[in-house]
Amino acid sequence: MKGKFKWSNLYLVFVFVLLYLPIFFLIVYSFNAGDVMQGWDGFSWKHYVELFVDTRILEIVVNTFLVALLSSLLASIIGTAGALFIYNQHNQLIKNIFLSLNNILLVSPDVIIGASFLILFTVIGFTLGFTSVLLSHIAFSIPIVVLMVLPRLQEMNPSLVTAAKDLGANNWQMLARVVLPVISPGILAGFFMAFTYSLDDFAVTFFVTGNGFSTLSVEIYSRARQGVSLEINALSAMMFLVSLLLVLVYYVISKRSSKGKKRAGTRLVMPATEGL
Amino acid sequence: MKAKQQRQIFYIVPYGIWLLLFVIAPLMLMLFQSFTTSNGHFTLGNYGAYFGSGTYLRMTFNSVWYAFLITVITLVISYPTAYLLNQLKQKQFWLLLVILPTWINLLLKTYAFIGLLSKTGTVNSFISFWGVAPQQLLFSDWSFLLVAAYIEIPFMILPIFNSLAEIDPRLSQASHDLGANKWQTLRYVIFPLSMPGVKAGIQAVFIPSLSLFMITRLIGGNRVITLGTAIEEHFLVTQNWQLGSTIGVILIVAMIVTMILTRDRVRKNIRK
Repeated sequence: MKGKFKWSNLYLVFVFVLLYLPIFFLIVYSFNAGDVMQGWDGFSWKHYVELFVDTRILEIVVNTFLVALLSSLLASIIGTAGALFIYNQHNQLIKNIFLSLNNILLVSPDVIIGASFLILFTVIGFTLGFTSVLLSHIAFSIPIVVLMVLPRLQEMNPSLVTAAKDLGANNWQMLARVVLPVISPGILAGFFMAFTYSLDDFAVTFFVTGNGFSTLSVEIYSRARQGVSLEINALSAMMFLVSLLLVLVYYVISKRSSKGKKRAGTRLVMPATEGL
Repeated sequence: MKAKQQRQIFYIVPYGIWLLLFVIAPLMLMLFQSFTTSNGHFTLGNYGAYFGSGTYLRMTFNSVWYAFLITVITLVISYPTAYLLNQLKQKQFWLLLVILPTWINLLLKTYAFIGLLSKTGTVNSFISFWGVAPQQLLFSDWSFLLVAAYIEIPFMILPIFNSLAEIDPRLSQASHDLGANKWQTLRYVIFPLSMPGVKAGIQAVFIPSLSLFMITRLIGGNRVITLGTAIEEHFLVTQNWQLGSTIGVILIVAMIVTMILTRDRVRKNIRK
């Protein structure tokens, strides 16, 4: 019996090693004094120094975070409006139609989203660049926000709204003072999910980015095609830290917002990786 | 009542614009493109070219075959993992550790494999240490399957884990009481009850695997061509958007078929 337990643990250890090996491999080599991901020439910070004087990379990092921040903010606003609309809709058929339409972008492969957005931007004569990337990121983040906000609305006690109405609140007061505070954990969770989706996205951005504008994923892709550079390892180590931080924040938010519920924590959602 | 209508209009304007402009219009445009010539005339020629060409059909078959292999590999690794994780104390913490790698930019994970698998990379130095000559690991079908499976594993573990966690532990106790051994309990009680999770996992892995294109380029060295690679090629390299859209429509159809086949009464959206 005891031996059997050890075998099963060994298997789990194996899976976890497999999952983390590539990531730690990247990070360890970011400190290599040599210039290739091979052998070990001693510890050095030189690739981090290279990274911090590479203005092109720094500019791209700023761009990437700017797109992520703006797109998740706007997606949170539009997505919340969408969730409120769907929630207030009492006709079951219309509700289901809207929910299905909402989920189309969630299930579509990124290649399809990217290619169809490229057609759209070209047909309406939109120049590709920062704005087209931003619009695409807003577009694919909205359904995530809707899905994060809707459950909060459904858990909200409807008497709250009725009471507010009875007490003479107008639409705006009802929204700002009653509904939004109740659903704010959902909006926040949606915002963070949208933020990580945007940071992670490669395929959609790759299609709609045009020539002048680049995000980190696209830049890493083009550099990786040219060959290995340990500067990218240094960048990965930094991004690993950022991801870790985001996971922590997200975890705290979801823990706090689902406090007192028994399913706390099981509804962790993963960022998309489709089409990459 | 009036206030309610005003409110709904206020909500539907931004959301509705998004739905029309970024959900309905792009798909309609793609469908439309697939039925036109490059001058904008109606044609069925794109579909004719697709179905009449052995290359495209073989590519589609290969793409489905690789997606199938990736799904099987991830399922075989993930089911025992999910099952064993579910028996641990602190299982939420371990689950978080499974999910954490998915938060790391995919390009970076793929990039790590370039270093690991390259001709002078770590894996080759390791096996040459044992006296095996360095192998061409990168740019092979195997490396493509390995990296794709690596990336998809957490997306398979999570839904299976969730469905296993929902099974009432009294059921396996009952099965034990009725004289079933561990294997029989697993085979006849646990496995059937975890099918919704397995189906959700298959859905979450198979559809993206059909459309992978970045990994085929960086790891597969263009040896493996999936539907996703073909679409990217037609849109961004050869600029034949009509044929690209045709393949896109076919990918959407393949996606819908997969979803219908793996549909379950209890739908849980685990991916995205």
